[in-house]
Amino acid sequence: MWWQIVRRLLIFLISALVASIVVFVLLTLVGDPARTILGTEATPQGIAEMRHQMGLDRPVITQYLSWANGMLHGDFGTSFVTQLPIGPQIGERLLVTLWLVAGGMVVALVVALPLGTLAALWHRRVAGWILSGLSQLGIAVPAFLAGILLIAAFAVELGWLPSGGYVVPAADPIGFLKHMMLPWASLGLVQGAVLARYVRSAVLDEMEQDYLRTARAKGMTVWRAVIRHGMRNASIPVLTVLGVQMITVLVGAVVVEQVFVIPGIGSFLVDSVARQDRLAVQGIVVTIVVISLAVSFLVDTAYALIDPRLRRR
Amino acid sequence: MTAFMTPPTTPPMPEPALLTNPRTQRRNPLLLVGGTIVALIVATALVSFFWTPFPTILTDTDHLASPPGAGGHLLGTDLYGRDILSWLMVGAQTTLYVGIVAVGIAAVIGTPLGILAGMVRPAWSEFLMRVTDIWLAFPALLMALIFATVFGASITSAMTAIGIASVPSFVRVVRSGTIVVMNADYVLAARVAGRRGPAIAMRHVLPNIAGLVIVQCSVSYAVAILAEAALSYLGLAGGPTTPSWGLMLFQGQAVISGHPLLVIWPGVAIGLAVLGFNLFGDGLRDRYDPRLSGR
Repeated sequence: MWWQIVRRLLIFLISALVASIVVFVLLTLVGDPARTILGTEATPQGIAEMRHQMGLDRPVITQYLSWANGMLHGDFGTSFVTQLPIGPQIGERLLVTLWLVAGGMVVALVVALPLGTLAALWHRRVAGWILSGLSQLGIAVPAFLAGILLIAAFAVELGWLPSGGYVVPAADPIGFLKHMMLPWASLGLVQGAVLARYVRSAVLDEMEQDYLRTARAKGMTVWRAVIRHGMRNASIPVLTVLGVQMITVLVGAVVVEQVFVIPGIGSFLVDSVARQDRLAVQGIVVTIVVISLAVSFLVDTAYALIDPRLRRR
Repeated sequence: MTAFMTPPTTPPMPEPALLTNPRTQRRNPLLLVGGTIVALIVATALVSFFWTPFPTILTDTDHLASPPGAGGHLLGTDLYGRDILSWLMVGAQTTLYVGIVAVGIAAVIGTPLGILAGMVRPAWSEFLMRVTDIWLAFPALLMALIFATVFGASITSAMTAIGIASVPSFVRVVRSGTIVVMNADYVLAARVAGRRGPAIAMRHVLPNIAGLVIVQCSVSYAVAILAEAALSYLGLAGGPTTPSWGLMLFQGQAVISGHPLLVIWPGVAIGLAVLGFNLFGDGLRDRYDPRLSGR
């Protein structure tokens, strides 16, 4: 059991290391970052100077190590485009994005659990087909499109909620909730639709199991048996998907933040890409990738904790 | 002495469901609906090469942001007086083009890698799986943003990035299919007959996993459409005059309060395309892998 966790932790650390090297190689070694900043009219002298200033004339290994070492201490370097330190911006904006992702996941679960379970319990009835059809429709709508449509309906037509912007929760909790309602819904409804399919198939799987037949033979109704016994077992495959889903939501948030003008890490990323700010993009991408890998690690570990059968493997 | 009588038992091998002959199965509605939508989009894109109601560069200044029907514009015009139907039609080209290239890249790299992962020794297979795990931490959109930074924002860099990001899902699907095939008796027979790995991969594995690859193509296609729409919405795929559904969404959002239809048309187009490819993929999966039907 402990060895399993240590093994997974090692895999996570090595994966994070490899991922950071890949990002570094792509963003520092491909093309010429100095020329990107100075433009096509730069003189060779100017470029050489810039390369020196950016530290690009050092050996590659040294460059990587100093960048990686800085990140471990929260120093992501200073942007050569905006002249601002990158680390503090990432920290500040990551918090905003985490609010967004957490709320989106909650909405997704609230939508998916009942929808998927009902679709499974009613899988031979018209109602089940309708629920499956609904989730199929939800999957076809990307989160940012859902966001735009929600703005059209609830912000523009009905005027109930603001169409965008962000309020710090500590300063104005009510305003924060109002501003986050539509972004949460747009991320959560879509992911909920995807998740509902997994919930449905997981519950269906459990409904065929012997232990459920036993429970029914002892006089439980299907509903009671599924809720008492089926849910715990069905949660295992769902939990695995949940990790992948969270990564999708995190990346989906990049565009959703743009739709709702939310100052999260995603809009920082898009702005940095538009500015060709390689160092900032490098730092943000590594942050997002490492978070994704960490989520996978945590989900894998939780998986083993929930399911005693997996502990000994 | 009964031990002598009982023949050595081998665990019952699950019949490789990938080998089921699709022709013997009944028609399935998913395939029909999905296939119809996909065919419709392909037809629209093809027609738009030869004919659109109006040229996409035409700005009809007499009809700015006009409702459907006005001035012969069947679905109306956008803020610059451009015909929406024509833009939707040419946008279908962009969507399909990006999808074909991206899925092509993913299938060409991912299929051989997956077969390899399914045929090599477990330790190597495990290693390849760890590599795909890391690879999966770079979803299409993230990869495309990196590529846009390094190579500049263009359709080419967008579809290359989407393609590369879709490789690991091919590797995983193909690997699991390969493992099933490798356990089949005929592979054992081929080995006994002295056939080597590459020959087995070409003669036995590839034909038998072709169905899985096709299914994965359809699924990845839907992902590629989503990524392309998001990128062109962010202004990171084509220029502002290249018709694409994502760009139409972006331009429509600016005037959403007065003209909600300008976001609804491209929105419906994107949703329909993704729905089509998803249903098509599900239908194909039911056909090639009946164990999963109804799931």
